[in-house]
Amino acid sequence: MSDKPKIGFYWCASCGGCEESIVDLAEDILTVAGAVDIVFWPVAMDFKKSDVEAMPDQSIVATFINGAIRTTEQDEMVNLLRRKSQFVIAYGSCAHLGGIPALANQFPREQILKYVYEESPSTVNDEKTRPATSIDIKSHTLTLPGFHKLVRALDQVIDVDYYLPGCAPTPKLLKEAVMALLQGKLPPKDSVLAPDIALCDECPRKDSKPTDVAYTEFKRPHWTLMDATKCFLAQGVVCMGPATRGGCEALCVNGNMPCTGCFGPTSRVQDQGAKMLSSLCSSIKPTDEEGIDAVLEGVPDPVGTFYRYGLAASILRVKVNKE
Amino acid sequence: MPDQNPTNWEPVIVAFFCNWCTYTAADLAGVSRLRHAPNVRIVRIMCSGRVDPQFILTAFAKGADGVLIGGCHPGDCHYSEGNYKLLRRVRLLNRMLRDMGIEEKRFRLEWISASEGDKVKSVINEMVAQVKALGPLGLPKQYEELDKELEHIEQQSSGKEAHSHVG
Repeated sequence: MSDKPKIGFYWCASCGGCEESIVDLAEDILTVAGAVDIVFWPVAMDFKKSDVEAMPDQSIVATFINGAIRTTEQDEMVNLLRRKSQFVIAYGSCAHLGGIPALANQFPREQILKYVYEESPSTVNDEKTRPATSIDIKSHTLTLPGFHKLVRALDQVIDVDYYLPGCAPTPKLLKEAVMALLQGKLPPKDSVLAPDIALCDECPRKDSKPTDVAYTEFKRPHWTLMDATKCFLAQGVVCMGPATRGGCEALCVNGNMPCTGCFGPTSRVQDQGAKMLSSLCSSIKPTDEEGIDAVLEGVPDPVGTFYRYGLAASILRVKVNKE
Repeated sequence: MPDQNPTNWEPVIVAFFCNWCTYTAADLAGVSRLRHAPNVRIVRIMCSGRVDPQFILTAFAKGADGVLIGGCHPGDCHYSEGNYKLLRRVRLLNRMLRDMGIEEKRFRLEWISASEGDKVKSVINEMVAQVKALGPLGLPKQYEELDKELEHIEQQSSGKEAHSHVG
C-alpha cells in the first residue's frame, strides 16, 4: 500500500444520492483518486468490516459518512469509523441534520413497524412476522441489526469534525473539501464547509426580492405556474432561501423550483424551521385570526415544509410520544 | 429542575411578557398584592413581536411544561405592529406544536394591557390548573430515555462480529 493519505466513504440511512454526488466529480474524481488511497467505500469497492477493524486507529485521514443513523449496525459502524479516522465529515443533509429519513421522527417506532410489516396495501404477511434481532434456526443463530426508536444526525451519535451540507452536496463543495484536507487548510472544527450566508445572497432572482412583502396567500409549487425570473416569495410560493445556507449556487431556483432547505441553517440559527416559520408568518397581510388562518391554509404541513431535512437536529427532535 | 415525582409535581410555565403592557400588568398585580400560582417564570422582553419561535421550542425542550406569552392588545403595540407579527407566528405554531405532539393548552397567547393586573392573575391561575391537569411534558427526560439506546454499542461490537454485512 502507498503512503498517500487514506480516505473512506460510508453510507447509513440514505438514498444513494450522496454516493452519486461523489461519482459526479466526473473527471475530477481521477484527481482525487490520484491524490488519495480510498481504503473503504462499500457502495463501489469490495471491503468488509473486518478490513476496517484490522486498520490501526486513526489511520484513515478522513471518512465521509452520509446518511442518518437509524439502526444499531449504522451506530456500530460509525463508532468504528470514528475510531479509525482522524477526521469524520458528515456528508449530505441526512448525516448533517437527519435529512428526509428524520421525518420519521413524527411517528413512534411501533407505528412504523406495524404499518410496514402489517398494514401497508402491498404487504401480505398473515403471520404478522416482524424482523427480529436474533433468531435460532436449527443449529444456527441468525441476527439482524436493531431498529432505533429515533432517527439521528451523525453528530448525535459520534463526534463530527466537519459538515458538507446538501441533498446531495455539490461536487464543487466536495472537491474543495478534499483539497482543503490534503493541503491542511481546514477551517476550525465543527465548521460547515459552505458559505455562512443565506441562499438569497447568491440567488439569481435576488433583485426581485421585495424589501417589504405582505402575503395574501401561499401557493403550492405543483398548483402554480411560476414566473421563472421573479423571487418565489414575491410570487407567494414558500421558498426556504432566507433561512437556508447558500453554497449550492441556487440549483433548484435555476430549475424554477423554490428552495426546500437542504443546506440547513447558517451558523447564527439553531432551528431552521422555527426561523423560516417566523420570517414567513411575520409578513402575512391580514391582522385578524380568521384572515391569518386563511392565508396559512397554503402551508398544510408545517413540519414537512420547514423541517424537510432538519427534524432530527431541530430543537424538538421528535414528536412527543406518550406511549 | 422541577420535581418529576407525580405526587408533588408542580408545572413550570415560562412566560414572555412585553415590557409595555403585560410586564407592567404583572408588576401591578404584584403591588396590588394579588395572589397567583408561583409556577410562572417571567422573562421580560421589549415587545411580544420579539418572541422568536426558537425561544418557545427551547423552553419546551429544556423542561417547561407550558409557555405563556403576554403582549399589548391589538392596536396598542408600543411599536405599532409587533403583536400582529407574533399573532401570525402563533397561528402556525399552534398547528406545528400539535403536529409534534404538544397539547394545545401548553401554549397560550394573551393580550394583557398595563392596567389588567387581575387578568395576569386569572390567566396564570387558569393556565397552571390546565397544565397541571395535563401532567408533566418532561422533554429532557424523554430525550434522556431515548438516548439510552445509544449506550454500549462499542462494547457490544468488540465481542461479536457476526451480523454486520458491509460491502
